[in-house]
Amino acid sequence: MKEEELRAVVIATLKTIAPEVEEGDLRPDRPLRNQVDLDSMDWLNFLIGLHEKLKVDIPEADYAKLVTLGDVLDYLKVKLK
Amino acid sequence: MIEFKLPSLGADMDEGKLLEWKVRPGDTVKKGQVVAIVDTSKAAVDVEIWAEGTVFELLVAPGETIPVGTLMATLLEAGETAETTKRTPRPAPASKAAAPTPPRRGPLPRAGVEGAVPGRRRISPAARKHAEELGVDIDTVAGTGPEGSVTLVDVEQAAAATVSPARTAAAPDKSAEMRRAIAAAMSRSKREIPHYYLSEPVPMRRATEWLAKANESRPITSRLLMAVVQLKAVALALRKFPEMNGFFRDGAFQSAAVAHIGVAISLRQGGLIAPAIHDVGEKTLEQLMLDLTDLVKRARAGSLRSSEMSDPTITVTNLGEQGVATVYGVIYPPQVALVGFGRIVEQPWVENGALTVMPVATASLAADHRVSDGHRGALFLAELRDLLQQPESL
Repeated sequence: MKEEELRAVVIATLKTIAPEVEEGDLRPDRPLRNQVDLDSMDWLNFLIGLHEKLKVDIPEADYAKLVTLGDVLDYLKVKLK
Repeated sequence: MIEFKLPSLGADMDEGKLLEWKVRPGDTVKKGQVVAIVDTSKAAVDVEIWAEGTVFELLVAPGETIPVGTLMATLLEAGETAETTKRTPRPAPASKAAAPTPPRRGPLPRAGVEGAVPGRRRISPAARKHAEELGVDIDTVAGTGPEGSVTLVDVEQAAAATVSPARTAAAPDKSAEMRRAIAAAMSRSKREIPHYYLSEPVPMRRATEWLAKANESRPITSRLLMAVVQLKAVALALRKFPEMNGFFRDGAFQSAAVAHIGVAISLRQGGLIAPAIHDVGEKTLEQLMLDLTDLVKRARAGSLRSSEMSDPTITVTNLGEQGVATVYGVIYPPQVALVGFGRIVEQPWVENGALTVMPVATASLAADHRVSDGHRGALFLAELRDLLQQPESL
């Protein structure tokens, strides 16, 4: 999967949780949960959405690595290789 | 004859707009069946009926806005027939789009009140002052106090009702409406409930380690959140402290037999709603996780059930999610307590005489002094803390 495609999937998944999100407003280097106001239930649903669309397994122990949008994209790229 | 009236779906609701009937005359209904969808200032709610019978007449049309307590439909009990039953005159709608003045509305009409002589109205000084503050014309306010006197509550209800004409005439500004509803309920809470506040740091190492281990072997779709562990602990602690769980109504407290915990859910468009998860103490963590997921989803989508809106016997708020350390809650009347959890932070902690680093969450209690004292509140928080040290037993 190309990087742009992956990004589109991630943003689309995010929008199912937070429909008000504007992609242009997201800073890739800032904590995603603060920018989008995701509580732990939203976060879990976001990761479940990614898991279902991309068929990747995301152990809870890896949550700490997933802070910014950039982190999420990098993590998924490695997982999808 | 069974009368089906618009139930109150929370302290902040005084009227609702019928969106849709889910039943027709002649339909038989069971207890707990959704019979109508009613829009409140917070959400469209699926309204359930708690009687069994056959729908006889529907007395309110979709689109009508009616006060809480309005007779909406009549049903025939077993054995009754349409022939033996008198038809009911249709009630007038509560507010009309073109109404030039705020509709006169009290909580419930009382005998003699409407007959009060104009010009000799009794208006309490506090009510008059409050009316000025709220921009309410005191002469248009219906009095429900002794001898038709206008009370503080009447003024507030009149102020709340002034939004009605605009609501039906123009596109509703949902978020302003919700803010107004929250303001009314919280004002009532702060006016009527003598709150006391306590907080207790709760070591969370056992709970976080236990949860991490439990989730390790679970697929992502069935992982548990700390929120459900905390909810269950609250429900179990309440078994020993019934004075935190129930309703204060008409000057008396009535404890509830089970814990229907209202979960504060922030809505993405702004505002807050706290519908109940029923029988929390009797459910497994897995079931609670399913219930919480479903409840949050439906709260955000605006499809809650009336029992979820009117049943909470206590509220739990988890503002720690937003990063605060301690929550000082405002009790949601007629409930008598609110439990808050702050975020889990690592901090220095002395354990068995040695200094260690401990994940700690501050649990707080706002409770009603009319029902309990700080001493019992402190014991309740201690029980909650102890329960969270044995997550495997929750």
